Amino acid sequence: MTALLQTHDLTLAFGGLVVANGINFSLEQGERLAVIGQNGAGKTTFINICSGLLKPRKGRVIFAGRDITAQSPRKIVRQGMARSFQLPQLFLEHTVRECLQLSAVARAESLSSWSSLAGGSNAVEIDRMLDLISLRDRQHELCINLPEGQRKLLDVGMSLLLQPKLLILDEPTSGVSTEEKHGVMEILMRALDDQKVTAIFVEHDVDIVKRYATRVAAWISGAIAADGSPASVLSNPLIQREVLGE
Amino acid sequence: MRSLLLNTAAVVVIIGLAMAFPWLKLPLILSLCYGLAALGIVVLLKAGQISFGHAMYACISGYVVAFVGHRFPGMDGVLLIALGTLASVVAGMLIGAFVVRYREIFFGMLNLAISMVLFTVLGKFYAVTGGTDGLRINRPTLLGFELTRDPFEIALLVLVVAISLAAIWGVQRYFLSSSGQALAAIKTNETRLEYLGVSAKKVLWKGYVLSASLCGLSGSLFGLSQGLVTPEMGYWLRSGEFVFIAILGGAGHAVGAFVGAILYEFLKMYAAALVSGSWQLVLGAILIVIIYFLPKGITGLMNRRKRLIGGAA
Repeated sequence: MTALLQTHDLTLAFGGLVVANGINFSLEQGERLAVIGQNGAGKTTFINICSGLLKPRKGRVIFAGRDITAQSPRKIVRQGMARSFQLPQLFLEHTVRECLQLSAVARAESLSSWSSLAGGSNAVEIDRMLDLISLRDRQHELCINLPEGQRKLLDVGMSLLLQPKLLILDEPTSGVSTEEKHGVMEILMRALDDQKVTAIFVEHDVDIVKRYATRVAAWISGAIAADGSPASVLSNPLIQREVLGE
Repeated sequence: MRSLLLNTAAVVVIIGLAMAFPWLKLPLILSLCYGLAALGIVVLLKAGQISFGHAMYACISGYVVAFVGHRFPGMDGVLLIALGTLASVVAGMLIGAFVVRYREIFFGMLNLAISMVLFTVLGKFYAVTGGTDGLRINRPTLLGFELTRDPFEIALLVLVVAISLAAIWGVQRYFLSSSGQALAAIKTNETRLEYLGVSAKKVLWKGYVLSASLCGLSGSLFGLSQGLVTPEMGYWLRSGEFVFIAILGGAGHAVGAFVGAILYEFLKMYAAALVSGSWQLVLGAILIVIIYFLPKGITGLMNRRKRLIGGAA
C-alpha cells in the first residue's frame, strides 16, 4: 500500500494558541479514518491546512506523491482531494440536479458559455449519483428547500462527482437529528464504497466512529494523541478521559 | 416555434409603431440602446454584483466611433459599430481583470471610480476629445447605402431591433450554459465553486467582458443615432440609469432589460410632460413601488405566472 496523504512536522499557531504542533501523519489508500477530539483540539485546522484553506507556518503536506503545501484550495481539488463541509456548501438558488451537474462539468473542466449545463454533463452519471445519495425524487427542487440531512448528502454527492482520490468530510452528521444520523452515514458509506474513495471524517459520535471507521486518530491540543484501530484508540484511558470525557 | 412567433411579433410591433408615428423612431432606438446596456448590468446581477460605472463602456465605444469616423470618413456604420464594441471588449478585459477580485459594494464603487476618471479625462483633454462639448459623428453609410436622415433612422432602428433580438437570444443561451450557471453560483456560494476546482474570478471575468461588450454595443449605436458623443455618456448618472432599468426589468430573463428600457424611456417622456422639471420625482416613486411590490422586476412577474401555471398542472 502507498501513502495517499502524508504530513511532515505541520506547525501553526494563532497568536499563543498552538493549533498544529508538529503533526506527522500518514494515510493509506482505502482507509476510513475518523478524526476525534474536543472542540479547539485542532481537527478542523488540520483539515484546513491539508485542503489549502490555511497555510502552515512550518511543515509539508504530500498528497499522492506531490508536495501540495500552501497551494490554493482550487489547485488541491484538481489534484484529487475533495471535501465536504460542516455547514453544507450548496448553490442554494440552483436545483439539486443542477448542483451535481455543475460539479460534473467542473471535474471535466468543460465550462462552456455556449452549450447548456444539462448537455455538458453526463445524464446517466448524474442519475447514478442521485440514486446513491437517495435524492432522485427531489432532483428538481431548489437546494434551499432541502432539510439539513439531505443538504449534507448533496454536499458529499457534489464532492464525490469530482471523483476524488481522497474525500474529507467535516462532521457529516452534525446538525442531523439522532434518528437520521445512521441513515445519513449508511448512505454516505455506501456511496464511498461505490466510488472506492479513501475518506477522512471528523466525528463526535462514538457509535458512528465505532461502526464506520477502520482507523481512529484522536487530537489533543494540536497534536495526535493516539492513532490506531478504533478498538485500541477508544479504549485508551487517556483518550477516554481527555477526548471522550468518560 | 413560440419564440419565433414572439420575435416576429416584437419586430412587427416596433417597426409598425415607428412607421405609423415617425416621431417614435428616436425614442425607440434610444430605448433599445438603453436595453442593451441594461442587459449588460443584468449579466452582472446574475452573479449578485452591481456596477455603477458601466456607462464608461458605452462611452468608450461611442468615442471610438467618433474618432474613427473622423479619421476615416468613408468607413461604413456597421464597421464603426463593430470597432467601437471591440474597443469596449478590450477595455472590459483589462479593467475586468482588476475589478473581478472585488465583490459587492467594492466592485460597484471601483467601477464607478474608473468611469469617473474616464469622464474627467474626456472633459479636460479639449484638444483631443472636444471637452464637454464632445465630438460630432457624421452620418456614415450603412452597409454601403448613403441615406438621408429619415431613412437612416429607419435603417438604424431595424439594425438595433435585430441586434437586440440577437443579444436576448445569445445572453439567454449564456445564462443556461454551464459557464452562465457557474456565474449564478457566484451569487450563492463562491467558496463551493472554488472547492469544485472552478476559478470564480475567471467565471466572473467572462461575465464582465460580456457585460462590457453589451454596453459597448449600446454606446456605438447610441452615438450614431445622436450624431454626437459627449462625456455625459459615461457620467455616473447614466450608469445609474442602466442599473435602474436592469432592476425595473429584473434578472429573470434577458428580455426584461428591454421591457424595462422601453417602460423607462416612455415613463421619462410622459413624466417630463406631466411635471416638467421634476420628472425624476415620478421615476423615483415608481422605482420604490417596483422594489416594494416586484423585488424581482417585471420578469419576476413573468416567472411567478409560470410557477402558478406549473403548480396547477
